[in-house]
Amino acid sequence: MGERVRDALRAYLLIAGMWIRSTMIYRTSFAVTMAGNLLVTGLDFATILLMFSRVDSLGGWSLPEVAFLYGLSATSFGVADLVLGSMDVLGTRIRDGSFDTLLVRPASVLAQIGADHFALRRLGRITQGAVVLGWALAFAGIDWTPAKVLLVPLMLAAGAAIFCALFVAGAAFQFLAQDAAEVQNAFTYGGTTLLQYPPTVFGKDFVRGVTFLLPLGFVNWVPAAYVLGRPYPLRLPVWTVWAPPLVAAVCCALAGLAWRAGLRAYRSTGS
Amino acid sequence: MFIEVDGVEKVFEVRKKTGFLKRERRQVRAVDSLSFTVARGEMVGYIGPNGAGKSTTIKMLTGILTPSGGRLRVAGIDPSRERMRLAHRIGVVFGQRTTLWWDLPLIDSYRLMHRMYRIPDARYAENLDRLVELLSLESLLDVPVRQLSLGQRMRGDIVAALLHDPDVLYLDEPTIGLDVISKAKVRDFLRELNTERGTTVLLTTHDLQDIEQLCSRVMVIDHGRLMYDGPLAGLHEAGESERTLVVDLERELPPIDAGPAARVVKVEGPRQWLAFPASESAAPLVARIAAEYPLADLSVREPDIEAVIAKMLRSLGDTPKPPPDRATA
Amino acid sequence: MGAGRLYTAVAAGGFRRYATYRAATAAGVFTNTAFGIILVYTYLALWDEKPHLGGYDQAQAVTYVWLGQCLYATLAIQGGGVEKDLMERIRTGAIAIDLYRPADLQLWWLATDLGRSLFQMLGRGVIPFLVGAVFFPMALPADAGTWAAFLVALFLAMLVSFGIRYLVALSVFWLLDGMGVNQVLMVTGIFFSGMTLPLNVFPGAFGEVVRVLPWAAQLQMPADVLMGETGVAGAFAFQAAWAVALLAAGRLLQSAATRRVVVQGG
Repeated sequence: MGERVRDALRAYLLIAGMWIRSTMIYRTSFAVTMAGNLLVTGLDFATILLMFSRVDSLGGWSLPEVAFLYGLSATSFGVADLVLGSMDVLGTRIRDGSFDTLLVRPASVLAQIGADHFALRRLGRITQGAVVLGWALAFAGIDWTPAKVLLVPLMLAAGAAIFCALFVAGAAFQFLAQDAAEVQNAFTYGGTTLLQYPPTVFGKDFVRGVTFLLPLGFVNWVPAAYVLGRPYPLRLPVWTVWAPPLVAAVCCALAGLAWRAGLRAYRSTGS
Repeated sequence: MFIEVDGVEKVFEVRKKTGFLKRERRQVRAVDSLSFTVARGEMVGYIGPNGAGKSTTIKMLTGILTPSGGRLRVAGIDPSRERMRLAHRIGVVFGQRTTLWWDLPLIDSYRLMHRMYRIPDARYAENLDRLVELLSLESLLDVPVRQLSLGQRMRGDIVAALLHDPDVLYLDEPTIGLDVISKAKVRDFLRELNTERGTTVLLTTHDLQDIEQLCSRVMVIDHGRLMYDGPLAGLHEAGESERTLVVDLERELPPIDAGPAARVVKVEGPRQWLAFPASESAAPLVARIAAEYPLADLSVREPDIEAVIAKMLRSLGDTPKPPPDRATA
Repeated sequence: MGAGRLYTAVAAGGFRRYATYRAATAAGVFTNTAFGIILVYTYLALWDEKPHLGGYDQAQAVTYVWLGQCLYATLAIQGGGVEKDLMERIRTGAIAIDLYRPADLQLWWLATDLGRSLFQMLGRGVIPFLVGAVFFPMALPADAGTWAAFLVALFLAMLVSFGIRYLVALSVFWLLDGMGVNQVLMVTGIFFSGMTLPLNVFPGAFGEVVRVLPWAAQLQMPADVLMGETGVAGAFAFQAAWAVALLAAGRLLQSAATRRVVVQGG
């Protein structure tokens, strides 16, 4: 098991390296798209700033508090996006037949498709998310304790893992519907957008769904509410604040199963 | 036996639209109780009409697809179960789909293969030198793949598929779209690879010359079933295929009377087309026409593979013919 | 064949081409619905905090959200309309063939894009809008006249949207690579069309400027016409002026580009 993971990681890095070299052939284009990525991903925060130019709080949360949510969501999503953000090419690869060429290589197909079109320009989203997060940490008036200090990196890591699981599950879905790559956007891009706003903004049933059904709430909402000392709209036991790594592990396991089922279905149907 | 295919079948479920929102499920047998073996070092042509099940077979042999039934072994490995272990033993070239890195110099793709297949450094260097020389790619190693011609790219893909010393090489349409010189280079190389290194080669093609020049053995598949397995000459016999003699006369004349040996199939001004059995020599026919008609020019056209197969399938009445005794082949 | 029939046929072709992507359309409906729900909640919170923000009440804000989701693909606000194909044809040089066609290049692509827009609205836009109308209170007019005016505003918005994207696509003649301009198209499209926040909420001088840019003709104007927040004649004039200006600029750029192709020898 450990060896298989190590091999997969190695293959991933080999292929990602090839994509980086490919992008660096066109340096100007890379610089432009990198700047563009920074700008595009920054628009979400610009919208929040615009909202706060007209109001002082949203759902009872102040701007630095919303910025804290935003920074956590954008950074962890940014990491997942950098690592697996191009998995939506799977459908195209299946349609044009190039997916088959991955299956004759002595390397994990998941690693190969995960590294496909690896793009360093995606560092843009991580960068602006991290900047906002840094600002929020300084100005959100957090009453720091060791537990809260520990929670921040934990949230980022678990959040990134949860988003990675969504990307893999989305890719697995493309084995069934090759044209429907956009569905996963609702969960990935939609998910990160959703988590940039306070949970108090949303209807109770909606928050319930996003906490228990599709556990996005554990990316930042639940632990961040604790760090900021704000009540979560749902009654949850205190320990759930530490649940994100567990939730992430379950999500990754389920996504892995979905991927295997999808790949098996592909290999038996060839489409 | 190196490749063993025993009663293998592949059934696909196809959903067909039969009305608004109505879909009918139908089972399609892409490969039906297919059995054959290939010995180490054989060079086999695998041909058949489009949609006959050729690529499905190749995909099962390379571990891409899982068979629905039957037993399949390549170098003792069950391809669908041990895809990765098999990958080290096989090389695959997809004719119209390059696996080389488009924007990067050719050599970069080979370095990736070096590391991905964990080829020992010394062996990689040796193989690279030898392959690059044989396929005359020395001067192109630092050229980005997007700047290569189709023929150069195909040769580049063949090198990439062989760097890890596979025991068997699958080629899907290796000469499609190539010019005459590139075709010749690829064929020369494959022959050499087969004789020198003993690499088993299985190739699908639409080009009869590929088969004629390379393969001692041909397998014909149609509707997922093996229709013929034997030498190419036998295929011609089975299909009673015909070659065409294109005759350019000095002026327009009525159809040539060449006796029972040939018949005129088309006349266009001074040019006439005569069909004669592929198994016969063209020499007596040419001599007779040259003696009796004002001859300006002539050429012989080989039957194309579709025509040969189509004829063969017709003559067999679409019933599979048991493979001839392989001991003599 | 008369010119009218020719371009109608071209538009029908555009419609049919996009109609073949069934799964993609279904996926788009799902995604637009999901984003609509997220956005509706944030807007409700915003308007809860500040009722009558930008002159809208809550129901109008909700209507604006769902109209945005409906028009997102219809007007290719983020790009992804026929300009994608056009860029590819310019990049690969296939455009030279189009120039020899006995049809006007701009009208040809406009017709294709109108066909695409129409399909995207019916196939992809209407369902999220209906979902929104069922689950959230909306401010929809009862009289047919307003709906008719809305349809006119929508048509003008399609012209403006195409006008912008045609200019962007033609820039590839000089830039040779569409990556950068595509990104610009995406940023400006989302932000200045008011996809994230209605333009009448944008503060101060920035808001004043944003509301007279061509992107304002895409979502803000049809929304305000539908909800009776602006004079119909003024809205039409604003949209038509931008449409004419952009399409005229497109023609100028097109003739410059054509000369370039001819000079380069195709």
